[in-house]
Amino acid sequence: MATEILMPALSPTMEEGTLAKWLVKAGDTVSSGDILAEIETDKATMEFEAVDEGVIGKILIAEGSEGVKVNTPIAVLVEEGESLDATPAAGNEAPVAGAPTAPAAPVAAAAASDTPVVDNSPDWPEGTEVVKTTVREALRDAMAEEMRSNENVFLMGEEVAEYQGAYKISQGLLDEFGAKRVIDTPITEHGFAGIATGAAFGGLNPIVEFMTFNFAMQAIDHIINSAAKTLYMSGGQMGAPMVFRGPNGAAARVGAQHSQDYAAWYMQVPGLKVVMPYSASDAKGLLKSAIRDPNPVIFLENEILYGRSFDVPKMDNFTVPFGKARIWREGSDATIVSFGIGMQYALEAADKLAADGISAEVIDLRTLRPMDLPTVIKSVMKTNRLVTVEEGWPQGSVGSYIASEVMQQAFDYLDAPVITCTGKDVPMPYAANLERHALITTDEVVAAVKQVTYR
Amino acid sequence: MAARKSTKKPNVSAEELTKFYRDMLLIRRFEEKAGQLYGMGLIGGFCHLYIGQEAVVVGLEAAAEDGDKRITSYRDHGHMLACGMDAGGVMAELTGREGGLSKGKGGSMHMFSKEKHFYGGHGIVGAQVPLGAGLAFSDKYKGNGRVTFTYFGDGAANQGQVYETFNMAAIWDLPVIFVIENNQYAMGTAQARSTSTPDIYTRGEAFGIPGEAVDGMDVLAVKAASERATAHCRSGKGPYILEVKTYRYRGHSMSDPAKYRTREEVQKMRSERDPIEQVRDMLLTGKHATEEDLKAIDKEIKEVVNQSAEFARTSPEPALEELWTDIYA
Repeated sequence: MATEILMPALSPTMEEGTLAKWLVKAGDTVSSGDILAEIETDKATMEFEAVDEGVIGKILIAEGSEGVKVNTPIAVLVEEGESLDATPAAGNEAPVAGAPTAPAAPVAAAAASDTPVVDNSPDWPEGTEVVKTTVREALRDAMAEEMRSNENVFLMGEEVAEYQGAYKISQGLLDEFGAKRVIDTPITEHGFAGIATGAAFGGLNPIVEFMTFNFAMQAIDHIINSAAKTLYMSGGQMGAPMVFRGPNGAAARVGAQHSQDYAAWYMQVPGLKVVMPYSASDAKGLLKSAIRDPNPVIFLENEILYGRSFDVPKMDNFTVPFGKARIWREGSDATIVSFGIGMQYALEAADKLAADGISAEVIDLRTLRPMDLPTVIKSVMKTNRLVTVEEGWPQGSVGSYIASEVMQQAFDYLDAPVITCTGKDVPMPYAANLERHALITTDEVVAAVKQVTYR
Repeated sequence: MAARKSTKKPNVSAEELTKFYRDMLLIRRFEEKAGQLYGMGLIGGFCHLYIGQEAVVVGLEAAAEDGDKRITSYRDHGHMLACGMDAGGVMAELTGREGGLSKGKGGSMHMFSKEKHFYGGHGIVGAQVPLGAGLAFSDKYKGNGRVTFTYFGDGAANQGQVYETFNMAAIWDLPVIFVIENNQYAMGTAQARSTSTPDIYTRGEAFGIPGEAVDGMDVLAVKAASERATAHCRSGKGPYILEVKTYRYRGHSMSDPAKYRTREEVQKMRSERDPIEQVRDMLLTGKHATEEDLKAIDKEIKEVVNQSAEFARTSPEPALEELWTDIYA
């Protein structure tokens, strides 16, 4: 049966090309791999090889022809003994790509006129006994509880085992769970993040501790390209149920390379979930949820908060769900939204503002992806003013995303432009006075709220 | 070639030899068809063909047992066919259709099969190396006696994460076989211009990982090496390196005019060392098969490949709703 030889596409962008030279003529016998012609694409001159064997029946496009569209028949190939002008079989045309508009993302965005439905129920039942616990202990307890209930959960990182954790988060875990499940790694973030991701593909639930998230920059390819994207690329067949955790953001006087807040970076990536707790109960409840989550979770802690104590409920199986903000303080004049250590400035500012007769509502997002925007919108519909607070840099900040969403979803409710309070747009300096000014301060938050309330 | 190159031919049955012929031919014909569909604009983006390297994966797979895992780079079509993934599903993924193994969302470079323990298909050069060691980590953790074949090229062998992985695989005795598919060109850069040693397998010595060079155009030599490597890993001795010296006949990807080597170099390899021709000769001279037998296999393979192409052409494009699925489990 005769087949048409079509003008090939020889690069991802080629639409037409020049048939520079024929290396065969009618009547020639060709076999697979023989060069038929030289074709100039938009990038290079390519040799075009025969795929099937047969005899060249007819050359349809003469050499030197320019602008030959991809898929134009350029020659006819017949089988040995067949007539040279046999009619080629029909078919082989490329399908016409469907051009309907892609469906919109399934969003839960509230129309501006409707008050969004939100869940602001308390994290634990009233009357539950609470225990003062540090963030450090809460994180350790969360890991220990989940490791007790699921033997596929293990912890890996630098100094997590024998040293008991560079920041003592994993204190006691080696003794309880042994070296099989609490694993000291060499200083090799790229490699062990990849190994942990592979272990997650293999059915385990790794917790990867980065000594700080600054060092996770060495591993970010595996976090994003390997862990976050595989579920999608595999059509849902396999993903990476795992947690990447460790201190994030500025500590104190450790300079530019050890003092960066990555919240906005990771928040951008579909396939990741991003958690940034402030209190000890959130640290515990959210880390337990993170370990149980079937997706890769970025869990951003803060060194300065490790030693702070908060009430943690004495409950079996206490967890905090993702995507549920917590309202720390109700107010009527302005909304302050923050997360992680930013909450410290937000809450201090609210106290100071109260003394000046300004009632601020303070919302802790707790998780940045998913993000509880409905709670923010609902609050803005009440207060009509919004200030966001974070330690990260201003350009492409978490606050700028919130501001854009609030503008699109609740523009008519805003009585003042949203102000995004962030760290300064500089690498972190070492000098004590400069560092103090590089970070966000409570006074800056107070000033921002006064500005949006025109006081 | 290295001193440890095996010259002894392993025992092989007529049946197994015929299987090798069939498996390698399927890869060759499949890839030729993929090249053709690419030329017709049915396959987009990047398409990296495995033609010439067929004996590597077919020989390695000969020592694989049920439950063993494999992971490789973006030049992955051959590996998928060799571990039994459906040719139609692979081809339909290349054309980006609903019937593709990733529902059309992964493409040529990103395909997976939980059922066949094939863990991709990775587009970042070298990333599959720690991932493969991680798969082996999970098997060791579970104590199930499985091994992971972790394939990467001579180009990837210069990535830092490969050596981070060698180190951890060695200290933790991970059951992973690092298969360096040395096709002599990292895209367009010849090995001598990119790599400090002609024998990449020797780089394991610094980590205490044994390794050897293997003639990757000889499927029986590859099979014998795979048996040594899997035995080593299964006995709990940790990782093993096989540097399989092979050759790709086509460009790095479909859009590579391959001006960095001569046509004669490729022709010489094709005419003197072709892995499929070698097995064909063995089958015929050993009187394990007649010309007619082989013709029947050729015809059968052609039919499988044509059906895969037909499926890949007619399977519908994914529903637009698929844009928003499989982002979170």
